[in-house]
Amino acid sequence: MIGWLVDGAAICNQVPLCRSSYGPYARAMVRICKEESFHQRQGYELLMTMMRGTAAQRAMVQDATDRFWWPSLMMFGPPDDQSPNTAQSMAWGIKRHTNDELRQRFVDMTVPQADKLGVTLPDPELRWNADRGHYDFGPVDWAEFTAVVKGNGPCNAQRVARRRAAHSEGAWVREAAMAHAAKQAAGKAAA
Amino acid sequence: MTEDEFDAYQSLSEETEDHRWAFGTGFTDPLVGIDPSVPDGTDARALADYCLMLGDDALVYSHRLQQWVTRMPELEEETALANIALDLLGQARLLLSRAAQAEGRGRDEDQLAFFRDEHEFRNVLLAERTDADFAELAGRLLVFSAWRLALFGRLASSADPVLAAIAAKGARELAYHRDYAAQWVIRLGDGTPLSHGKMQAALGALWPLVDELFQPDPVTAALPGVAADPAGLRAEVDAALDAVLAAATLDRPGGAPMARVAGKAGRDGVHTEAFGYLLAELQSVARAHPDATW
Amino acid sequence: MEDSQVRSGWPLYEVFLRGKRGLNHVHVGSLHAADPQMALRHARDLYTRRNEGVSIWVVAAADITASSPDEKDPFFAPSGDKVYRHPTFYQIPDDVPHM
Repeated sequence: MIGWLVDGAAICNQVPLCRSSYGPYARAMVRICKEESFHQRQGYELLMTMMRGTAAQRAMVQDATDRFWWPSLMMFGPPDDQSPNTAQSMAWGIKRHTNDELRQRFVDMTVPQADKLGVTLPDPELRWNADRGHYDFGPVDWAEFTAVVKGNGPCNAQRVARRRAAHSEGAWVREAAMAHAAKQAAGKAAA
Repeated sequence: MTEDEFDAYQSLSEETEDHRWAFGTGFTDPLVGIDPSVPDGTDARALADYCLMLGDDALVYSHRLQQWVTRMPELEEETALANIALDLLGQARLLLSRAAQAEGRGRDEDQLAFFRDEHEFRNVLLAERTDADFAELAGRLLVFSAWRLALFGRLASSADPVLAAIAAKGARELAYHRDYAAQWVIRLGDGTPLSHGKMQAALGALWPLVDELFQPDPVTAALPGVAADPAGLRAEVDAALDAVLAAATLDRPGGAPMARVAGKAGRDGVHTEAFGYLLAELQSVARAHPDATW
Repeated sequence: MEDSQVRSGWPLYEVFLRGKRGLNHVHVGSLHAADPQMALRHARDLYTRRNEGVSIWVVAAADITASSPDEKDPFFAPSGDKVYRHPTFYQIPDDVPHM
């Protein structure tokens, strides 16, 4: 599910950045987008296999869809009228499309994929709007997004703690590597 | 927003001449063109058990390495470790598939991996050991890789052509694993006084499990020309380990091998307490949905 | 060991790859490593996951000297207006072969 929706959202977000005016960012984005398109295909194929499986597996896929649909829309950031950095980044050419533009693009691309998969997206207001030529969709719960960004999401504490622990517990290893490198360099200089 | 903005997205899944990003291309199947039937004169049951032994070593060891993902000291080490774990998982798949073929009971690699019980796993105890810290991770990987590389070197000329092909492919991977572990043992042994102490202690902690790697077993004895005699690997492995220990300014630990249980150990299906938890983590999803296809 | 070295960790290396069918090394990204040998191995792990048979160069980022965008004109503009450095400047009759 993460592969299909989250990597899918990331690709939508990041493909335009492959032409960013900031060179190192653009180059890294090309490689990242290729990796993520691989993840997305792998994720989608796993889900297709499960949807063709047992009732319990289909229920798992639907449950995961219900959990991750709205967060994947949140990945594009706050709505344009609440995004303080967008204007500046676009003026500098670093960011090339607004959050709402990309979010709409993602919805338009993903709804047919969900239909093919056979899952229901958890948005009662989701429907094709022939006049606009896009899908209409319901409001994102930005309060939930803000809570997670501020550190109060269901996984924040555990994830940050794990990162900190790995980093601090690994300090002696990193230091040993530097010490060894210094000894090697000194040995070479003396030779 | 125009279509050409998303041309980059379309081009991501296309074939490209830019081979820095080759994915979905250039695969080689090590078993293509190889006759899968059990060679004449080879005991099929013994061959299946032998492949289970080597496959379980890889499967169980890979699982322990996977448990270190998100815990490594630096981001680059995460990728290195994940690659090693993935290599071993690949070896496990090939070996378990060969075991299933040889036993001829209609089982496949998944059924062997996820639906056998503890007493049916034939890995050595070194494979199932938990690494308490990064020094133990490096030391155990060094011993295991050096041993398995020596073993696969012999198996590349096995009378079973499938085993020979698996060994030839695996040896290239194991050479890299051994190098990775050796570099770290050397950095830690000849790094800071703290890392030296931890590395020496780590070796001492895992050394009682080394002896099992070289013990004879009835399955190997039933497969002359196909399997490799464990005792015959000792000299090569010792030479490799001694070279690394010397560069690392570490002492080879002394001490007695770990005692068996009524004469039995990992190869006989007698495992440590921690193994039960490992299998629970490995097998629980598959066992909860025994009729599912994933 | 100095505090700053301990805090700053492993130095940055830039990675250059030449693929099986490539003619020259191309910059593909960067990584952190304690020494050049580790950098080489990490580059193999991070940047050649799906492609064997490549040549890898790693260079400490600190060892790279780069031109500055501000200096663009003095460095590069002279070639732009020296038309005699471009082969098409020279008129050759059509019936002269191989040129």
